[in-house]
Amino acid sequence: MFRVAGSVTASRLSAVCCRTVTAKQFQVHGASLHVLSSETSRKSRNGPAHHRIPPSWQSVRTMASAGDSQAKINYIFYGLAVLFGGGGIIYYMRETSKDGNKTKKSTAAVPAESKEATEPVSEKPTSETTKSEAPPAELPPTETPAEAAAPDAESKKLLDAMPQSYPDYEVMPDIPGHAKYLLIGGGTASFAAFRAIRASDAKAQVLVVTEEEELPYMRPPLSKELWYSDEPKLVEKLKFKQWNGKERSVYYNPPSFYVEPKELAYQENGGVAVVKGRKVMKLDPQKQVAVLDNGWEIFYDKVLIATGGRPRNIPVFERASQEVKDRVTLFRGIKDFKRLDEVSRNASTIVVVGGGFLGSELTCALGKRSRDSSLKVIQMFPEPGNMGKVLPEYLSQWTTAKVRGEGATVKPETFVKRARFSDGKVILKLNTGEEISTDHVVVAVGLEPNTELAKESGLEVDDTYGGFRVNAELEARSDIWVAGDASSFYDIKLGRRRVEHHDHAVVSGRLAGENMTGARKPYWHQSMFWSDLGPDVGYEAIGIVDSSLPTVAVFAKATEKDTPKAVVEETGESLRSVTETEAEATLPTKEETVAAVSGETTAPPEVEIKDPSDPASATGVEPSASEKTESATDEEPAPDVEAAAKLVAEVETENRVAPTPKEDYGKGVIFYLRDDIIVGIVLWNLFNRMPIARKIIKEGKQHQDLAEVAKLFDLHADED
Amino acid sequence: MSYCREQGKDKIIFVTKEDHESPSTADITYNPEEDDDSPGLILPNGEINWQCPCLGGMASGPCGEPFKEAFSCFHYSQAEPKGSDCIEEFRSMQECMSKYPELYPFDKDEDNDKEEQTKTTTTVEQKTSEEVAVTKESTATRAS
Repeated sequence: MFRVAGSVTASRLSAVCCRTVTAKQFQVHGASLHVLSSETSRKSRNGPAHHRIPPSWQSVRTMASAGDSQAKINYIFYGLAVLFGGGGIIYYMRETSKDGNKTKKSTAAVPAESKEATEPVSEKPTSETTKSEAPPAELPPTETPAEAAAPDAESKKLLDAMPQSYPDYEVMPDIPGHAKYLLIGGGTASFAAFRAIRASDAKAQVLVVTEEEELPYMRPPLSKELWYSDEPKLVEKLKFKQWNGKERSVYYNPPSFYVEPKELAYQENGGVAVVKGRKVMKLDPQKQVAVLDNGWEIFYDKVLIATGGRPRNIPVFERASQEVKDRVTLFRGIKDFKRLDEVSRNASTIVVVGGGFLGSELTCALGKRSRDSSLKVIQMFPEPGNMGKVLPEYLSQWTTAKVRGEGATVKPETFVKRARFSDGKVILKLNTGEEISTDHVVVAVGLEPNTELAKESGLEVDDTYGGFRVNAELEARSDIWVAGDASSFYDIKLGRRRVEHHDHAVVSGRLAGENMTGARKPYWHQSMFWSDLGPDVGYEAIGIVDSSLPTVAVFAKATEKDTPKAVVEETGESLRSVTETEAEATLPTKEETVAAVSGETTAPPEVEIKDPSDPASATGVEPSASEKTESATDEEPAPDVEAAAKLVAEVETENRVAPTPKEDYGKGVIFYLRDDIIVGIVLWNLFNRMPIARKIIKEGKQHQDLAEVAKLFDLHADED
Repeated sequence: MSYCREQGKDKIIFVTKEDHESPSTADITYNPEEDDDSPGLILPNGEINWQCPCLGGMASGPCGEPFKEAFSCFHYSQAEPKGSDCIEEFRSMQECMSKYPELYPFDKDEDNDKEEQTKTTTTVEQKTSEEVAVTKESTATRAS
């Protein structure tokens, strides 16, 4: 986007963003699909359409070609069976026996007699075995077609004959008094757990108790897809379009999937029931009973704590007046998304506090929105750059430039000192001395794990990482497991940790669910995470990705053509200093010096110094160096002339050493090291390579030459 | 010719395509087939892995039990042709699924991914009617 010169229409931008962003995220958010390891879903994320291979094909092909012919038949038949349901098989058989006579599928709803099936079936297996490619075995539950497009009379009778026929229904309590599997919390970890439980124990009766008034839903689209959609009607229903054009809901399952809690005990094949708006106050591990906020007691056989966390706030806002508080959103869930979505349509200014994943994603999302409106977006955080705690400094700086390119004003090394309400606006006094007037504030400064029930329940809380302390099998105490954001677990490879990412919730939820049915497996499959900041920057990561660790990165060198990007990297260190020198209008500016040295006449286009108090500041895509310096008229503290001069000298020196072409962080791999062992990897604009990264982490070896390890990622694969 | 620079504790290496032409000398190999982290649909002992993400929610949904029965029956079926002795199980599975049209919808109009259609061909598709092929393709790619 930053390369686009001249006018950029909103629709073109949104098209780019929508297509790219949704392409990047599509799978992970699928109701069923997210339970796939996230990276398989992201395999198709980039690249021209004809290169994209749906992950299902890839893995199925691997499976199919690896196994013997029997296995192949399995996959093929399975694919068909699942696809059509039993009746579909019958239908298919009938079809092939009818010389391609295409009957309407709905009329074939009633399964045929088995006799009819025998003849055509014999054709199928033999022809299938010759093929090495199998149809996909991966199908989401919501999209498997069943024969009955129109339920036949018999089914309808079944549907109608429900609660009234349940014995003792009137005296059955609304919430069961016993649950074999009790899940506390209704988020992603809980969803993954109940899916795993039911996969192992298909008649399982699972009871979910959640504080929210929502059925389980996925979080990532709330700061990604939902903001980049060009279909407001879909967004209203909390749906978004995937890269392949298919609609997806943020809800993991439609309401019809769930059983009413009152009817759970009656289900012959079990099911999942969700109790909304109720909180578990304590557990008694010995009596194996959970006590709710309304006093109701539920006896359990196995219980999972998947309470997640609540967004942290900063003391300034906690102490603020009610009028200020009413204009602060601690972003986490669906209701926060709805609020912010509405606010952003009418506000003239929104401030985002926080420079991590959520804060940066929301800033980019709001930045996009600001291009079609008069909305101004300002992001601030104490670190020197976006993702400052995750990415090494040079990359953090590069990312900050990208976020600015999305249309936002980014203020690193900035925090709020005071907040007051005045004349319909929230006035923020910053540490820099600046005062900002804003309509709304979004706070994204991290999560506080929900461990309130620990004390009363005799459960250990981790004083280092927060969350409930559990072992490698995610068990806290007998028959009590903890998964997701609230779980401080023992990672055999990387040591004890607590991870607040979507894929981890999926992986740990699934693991806990399996262990609740007796699997006794330790945390083994390393989860990953990802983030996208606009259409140009996307990365996937795995392991411990902490910017305080030493890193070694390998980037594919830029091609011969000089890109505007290159200038950013060249002056990467100086981005911060550019911000600091905003007030130094009179200095023989570093920008000009650098520009002269690097042979560029324009400054990095993404570096917009948007000053809210200066109406003259450039908001265009490619502000020139002189424009930038002129725009610095805000009330920044007195410039440190010495420091600035020093930086100028440093950059000059560096430029003398740096060869051409300019450094480009277009794509590469970053290794995070602890005692010379790779404990974390970031794949920067590189996709389909997570399995290799996972293997490297798993092996935990000391590698002599990381440049050689980097070769495994085939950095130049996409080049011609 | 690769180029390297250091910024504090962070080391950055820039490599050209030529730099990466020679194979890696790193003490690690990655073979997708040997990835034991994800066992796939069939476990090493020959049993069905119901936890396989590839199944989506099929084994865990309201019709999980009939689905597992039908597919298990097929998997272990010794009949000729395989699975022909499982019609009853498939019938109950289909019956169950018909009660949840929202979860197991029957989509006839999926034709979003024609490009994937051409890539993934099997004789099954060649032999079946075009309608069947289109549905399966689009459902499959939707699954991705």
